[in-house]
Amino acid sequence: MAESPPIEVRGLVKRYGEITAVDDVDLTVNSGDVFGYLGPNGAGKTTSLRMMLGLIRPSAGSVRLFGRDPQISVAALEGVAGFVEAPSFYPYLSGLDNLKLCAALDGTATTATIDEVLEIVELRDRAKDKVKGYSHGMRQRLGIASALLRKPRLLLLDEPATGLDPAGMRDMRVLIRDLGERGITVLLSSHQMMEVEELCNRVAIIRSGRVAYEGSLAELRGRAGVSYRLRTTDDARAKDVCLAQPGIEEVAETGEAGLTFKAADEGSVAALSVALAESGAPVLELTPRQATLEDLFFQLTEDDGQEPSLRREQLIEELA
Amino acid sequence: MRPGVMTVYRWELRKLRAQKRTYLGLGAAAAVPIIFVTALVTGGGRPNDVAFGRYVHDTGLAVPLVLLLFGSIWLFPLITALVAGDIIASEDRNATLKMILTRSVERHQVFAGKALAAATYAVLAIAIAGAVALGAGILASGFNPVTTLSGTVVSAPKGLELVGASLLVYLLPILAIACIGLLLSTVFRNSGAAIVGTLMFSLLVQLVGILPGLSGLHPYLLSTQFNAWQGLLRTPADWDPIVRSLWVCALYGLPALAAAALVFLRRDVAES
Repeated sequence: MAESPPIEVRGLVKRYGEITAVDDVDLTVNSGDVFGYLGPNGAGKTTSLRMMLGLIRPSAGSVRLFGRDPQISVAALEGVAGFVEAPSFYPYLSGLDNLKLCAALDGTATTATIDEVLEIVELRDRAKDKVKGYSHGMRQRLGIASALLRKPRLLLLDEPATGLDPAGMRDMRVLIRDLGERGITVLLSSHQMMEVEELCNRVAIIRSGRVAYEGSLAELRGRAGVSYRLRTTDDARAKDVCLAQPGIEEVAETGEAGLTFKAADEGSVAALSVALAESGAPVLELTPRQATLEDLFFQLTEDDGQEPSLRREQLIEELA
Repeated sequence: MRPGVMTVYRWELRKLRAQKRTYLGLGAAAAVPIIFVTALVTGGGRPNDVAFGRYVHDTGLAVPLVLLLFGSIWLFPLITALVAGDIIASEDRNATLKMILTRSVERHQVFAGKALAAATYAVLAIAIAGAVALGAGILASGFNPVTTLSGTVVSAPKGLELVGASLLVYLLPILAIACIGLLLSTVFRNSGAAIVGTLMFSLLVQLVGILPGLSGLHPYLLSTQFNAWQGLLRTPADWDPIVRSLWVCALYGLPALAAAALVFLRRDVAES
């Protein structure tokens, strides 16, 4: 019989009075995925993660981790580790004692395992210091160490790079990539588009408590298509040519000089460059531009599809 | 081996050992008898208006008994509340519940381990206070026979037994206070509010005990149970107040404990 997926969420809902924090979320994280869970602040990411870890009770729907329900027993968390929001520890205990406590409550880890995870997160030298003296980055790393103690097959990480300096963020990315390469399934809730783009093979984008997209990054990019940037000696004439050219769509002027458009295929682009030359508007620049995850994220999470700068201006006007 | 209640309990004790407030309570439990005996020795007076007060210069065995009477007003309830009121609320303060509840112990095991640790602390505080009072009392007044509330004199070794048994009976209302502290700690999620609330409850019950016209309630007040041990210091022993203390304390403590457990088991663990 095929093993159940690491995470299977169906119809998950969490209501706080009138407010619906998570609204009918369906999600499947497959074995080996490094899965990005994206959404703006307050979209319901952390609430979803808390329900996945059995910390809060869903108003409706179900969570299954490897086929088991974390609401029934912590036995469902066997092989599962992670943290929501910032990892928290007892400030009056040392990092080492905090890990020993976690290990004792896991009932599996040994001294050797604790040494090993301290080595992985590079905290061995400060292990005997009290946690209250740790920097934010060190606490984040201790959080990863405590998760690794469980020798997880599934790791749920909520904004692990939040508050880290650029070097800390880079180290965290390296660590997560390394964990993914070791075969650990990772659910990475993050605001860092670059981080998700670099590390994740699949993503879910959540907006106002609902999943706006779930699938592979490649599929998401494919959905957006490739846009082109065009600059010619005569952009006004070039625009007319583009509008008349078969296979060329969504022609628009950019803020600076030039145009952008989408093409049905590369053949259409080649035909366009010939047509432009023949019409007396030879090409100065024609570059394909793959939509970034950030572009797609804003497309999926913002109501009106307007540019963020435009939305900001409108907000400022409203406030004035 | 799968971890359970005893794993949580051991680690709760270790966490208590690492916190200053633990020593504040235990230190007070040890210091108050020493201050009391020092005052007796240097001042030469005696608290004649309380049971065994007149014998404090005759035998050291009277000292812990007098201390039990004084300590019931606020000292021991406060020491008990220091840990019982904090043991769950501190997890909210440190946001550590999400850490321990995502390991391999069930919520009910976490709660049981914490309740046991809070009870252990209360027992330890009473044991320390009793032992220090006994030691200081014996040093000051000697290990001599003690006169019971019935007027009979019992030998020093027998008196020592009775003091030990009295401390055990005294634990009944103390444990009920610990249960109330646990409930407030779980509900308020705030150590200060839970500790003060527990002490306020204890003082309120004592206040009801001195209100005129409510004497019918006295046998069922928690404050009255702090005197139940006096039944042992009669000849023959009067078991009625002790038996009543058992069920009255259970009536206060068990519902509070059950309610605390229910709230803890069902609560959502989100940042407060």
